[in-house]
Amino acid sequence: MQTHLADFIKDSAAGQEADAILRKCTHCGFCLANCPTYRLLGDELDSPRGRIYQIKQVLEGEAPTESIQLHLDRCLTCRACETTCPSGVEYGRLADLGREIVEEQVPRRGLQRWVRTGLRTVLPRPRLFGTLLTMGRLTRPLVPGPLRKKIRPRRPAPAWPSPSTHSRFVLMLEGCVQPALEPPINPQTARLMDELGIAVKRTTEVSCCGAIDQHLGASEAAKARIRSNIDAWWPHIEAGAEAIVVNASGCGAQVKDYGHLLADDPDYAEKAARVTALAIDPIELLERHADQLAPADDAPRRVAFQTPCTLQHAQKLNGRVDALMARIGFDMTPVPDAHICCGSAGTYSVLQPKMAEQLRTQKLENLNTGEPQVIATANIGCLTHLDEASEIPVRHWLELIKVA
Amino acid sequence: MPAHALFRDEDLRFDVDVDPLIDALRQVLPEEGLIVHEAGLRAYECDGLAPYKQLPRLVVVPETIEQVQTVLRLCHEAGVPVVTRGSGTSLSGGSLPHPQGVLLAMGKFNRIREIDHHRRIARVEPGVRNLAITEAAAPYGLYYAPDPSSQIACSIGGNVGENAGGVHCLKYGLTVHNVLAVKVITMEGELTTIGSESLDSPGLDLLALMHGSEGMLGVIVEVTVKLLPNPLTKQVLMASFADVESGGHAVAGLIARGIIPGGLEMMDGAAIQAAEDFVQAGYDTDAAAILICELDGSEAEVADQLKAVDECLRDHGATRIQVAADDEEKARFWAGRKAAFPAVGRISPDYYCMDGTIPRKQLAYVLRRISEISAAEALETVNVFHAGDGNLHPLILFDGNQPGQLEAAERVGSAILQLCVEVGGTVTGEHGVGVEKINEMCVQFAGAEIEQFHGIKAAFDEKGLLNPGKAIPTLNRCAEFGRLHVHNGELPHPELERL
Repeated sequence: MQTHLADFIKDSAAGQEADAILRKCTHCGFCLANCPTYRLLGDELDSPRGRIYQIKQVLEGEAPTESIQLHLDRCLTCRACETTCPSGVEYGRLADLGREIVEEQVPRRGLQRWVRTGLRTVLPRPRLFGTLLTMGRLTRPLVPGPLRKKIRPRRPAPAWPSPSTHSRFVLMLEGCVQPALEPPINPQTARLMDELGIAVKRTTEVSCCGAIDQHLGASEAAKARIRSNIDAWWPHIEAGAEAIVVNASGCGAQVKDYGHLLADDPDYAEKAARVTALAIDPIELLERHADQLAPADDAPRRVAFQTPCTLQHAQKLNGRVDALMARIGFDMTPVPDAHICCGSAGTYSVLQPKMAEQLRTQKLENLNTGEPQVIATANIGCLTHLDEASEIPVRHWLELIKVA
Repeated sequence: MPAHALFRDEDLRFDVDVDPLIDALRQVLPEEGLIVHEAGLRAYECDGLAPYKQLPRLVVVPETIEQVQTVLRLCHEAGVPVVTRGSGTSLSGGSLPHPQGVLLAMGKFNRIREIDHHRRIARVEPGVRNLAITEAAAPYGLYYAPDPSSQIACSIGGNVGENAGGVHCLKYGLTVHNVLAVKVITMEGELTTIGSESLDSPGLDLLALMHGSEGMLGVIVEVTVKLLPNPLTKQVLMASFADVESGGHAVAGLIARGIIPGGLEMMDGAAIQAAEDFVQAGYDTDAAAILICELDGSEAEVADQLKAVDECLRDHGATRIQVAADDEEKARFWAGRKAAFPAVGRISPDYYCMDGTIPRKQLAYVLRRISEISAAEALETVNVFHAGDGNLHPLILFDGNQPGQLEAAERVGSAILQLCVEVGGTVTGEHGVGVEKINEMCVQFAGAEIEQFHGIKAAFDEKGLLNPGKAIPTLNRCAEFGRLHVHNGELPHPELERL
């Protein structure tokens, strides 16, 4: 596609990256087919191609408007469009950049502003979030409707494995909201690793991966967080950590992007690239140990796997968890439209509740096609969002397996 | 932007104050169903033919048939042109907006109303994606045959409007052969049904007329399509050739032996590489050309055909033949072909996709001439096309950011289309004329024929409000175009009075 970027951006690194992305787009429209918002709304402005066009206008010097902001807000950044795109357009990067510029020039008003600031303040802080969630649990009946549904009862967690003498060890991102919302996931991940002879070195000073800031148009704040995470991990990496296991695929996608995000930072570019190379989703490690794995004793066998967008479209690991689970003895039920987002999408379910709910209804209907006993997933966001409305339990897939 | 004006003076005779229309439309449309701000209009300024851009006056996105009727009635009263758009994937600029008009976006009409597997029909809204019909029919062992490469996204309403083809049309026909009925709203706002659920209808065949009418006769709001049972078995094979011309001869040879494959497609070197980069289909990237051939039918029939095809391809110099091992590989062989156009976006910032059709025996000659024509303008051409029915899709590569390159690409394109007509072919096989090939229509048809086309259009749309300036050139346009393209010292239409 022809481009004429405006002076304010055309010579910057971000501008050049955006130009290269835009020039790959041939305006063929294939992306419309798999865009959750276009499928619901049927308006070019709510399609990837339409959003690319709107971002292009801003990059070419048009003043951004509230309308553009609205259509960018509605985008889930699920990146199904990237999987669909034959030309290789990196829509997600363009969307982040577009959001950042629009955010600077179109101020948020009233409640919207407070909600967004609130999310960026509370979510990345596990202790603050945990305290608020505990308070919420105690006062649940008094909490207003939409928020009340987000307050999950606390599920008991297994114990962390005792400190081990394994020579192999990995780091693990424990995440910001995950420990409070679904306490079993992290210790369960560590137990599986431990039983496979791999120690998990905990780095509790690392919590949020930076994705929340990143996708709410605050890339500088995200970068600061990324740098501090790298600092915390670095001594362990130098000591021989063989991987950084990220068991929430949303965070995993972000950590795998550190190398790109800090590519222009002379002090961190190399370290960030190393972190990216080390970051893995648990499936990448566990499928190498498939022979040692089995369904957990109490796990139902008929499972529908909901593949998070961040696992399939961002990390490109589609089909791998399903294949492993089938191989070790689960009966995986069919899931139509598995490539379409469930509506969770980070903070989306809070910021765009109506769209998120519509997408969730569709997703649950598709997940229940084969009458599964449980829905498994690989991302905390999808898990809690689906669980709010699901009649059958929704679990992280790591909770359903054991080392035999 | 293209070298010639998109619209001519006579296409721009609708200078109407649209403010009262906007007020009236606001009363009937949902809140976000009326787009008047420039940033919003801009996203609708082009379709799949992206270098051709035109802002509409306003965009309407209706939700119900009643709303479409009211929109059309109001536009008819006000004398405002209407251009209908589905998924906006047209490669000929069929849904390029009119500068004085309304762009009617049908994206919200995306429901499948009925799948009747006993009668093997589907009744769908016009914004339903082509592939979505096949997906919905799949549980019954049925599918919808026409499958343009953009089938993942293109909508059935647009398929009817452009009489879309695709890989399987060689054996199973174009859209016109697979549609039973359409519901159409006339420019006056009247809802009418054309065709029926039986195979024949009394009176003139207006259903055929609607196909390829490029939004100039009415607005399609429902389509009833035929569904076919999945073939008992099918096999896909891929043959490599050391040069493009041998591939061309092989295609003519296959058809001459009386074999009609389910699909017979050809890609040349650069296209093979780009598609391989996207899908990792296992294409032979060393080949100068590959032919993908699908055979379908009963086990015995397919086995027989496979043998004959293999023999014929080897006779014509195939250097390697791969037969898909399983269903997944069959799907992969096709996936690269289906995504080949946009995949070329990986190797060139812009491309211009042509759509001429020629007699199959001329394939080798025309392919050679195409590379000569583009070389003369210092441009590269990539070929991906429906070889079996002689429907060429040369992709002329250019860089829109380099001054003069689009114009050069257009010159190459026009020369290719004229070459197609010269060897006894046509300027379009399945993409429609739109705004892209409108000048070349003057080469294809004589003035008297063009006048008859305009007469038919006027019978449906007296004021000429539906998609003006597309598909059928005005005689003035032809006169001017003819003046520019003197061939062998002769104007294409000596009978026309020159301006």
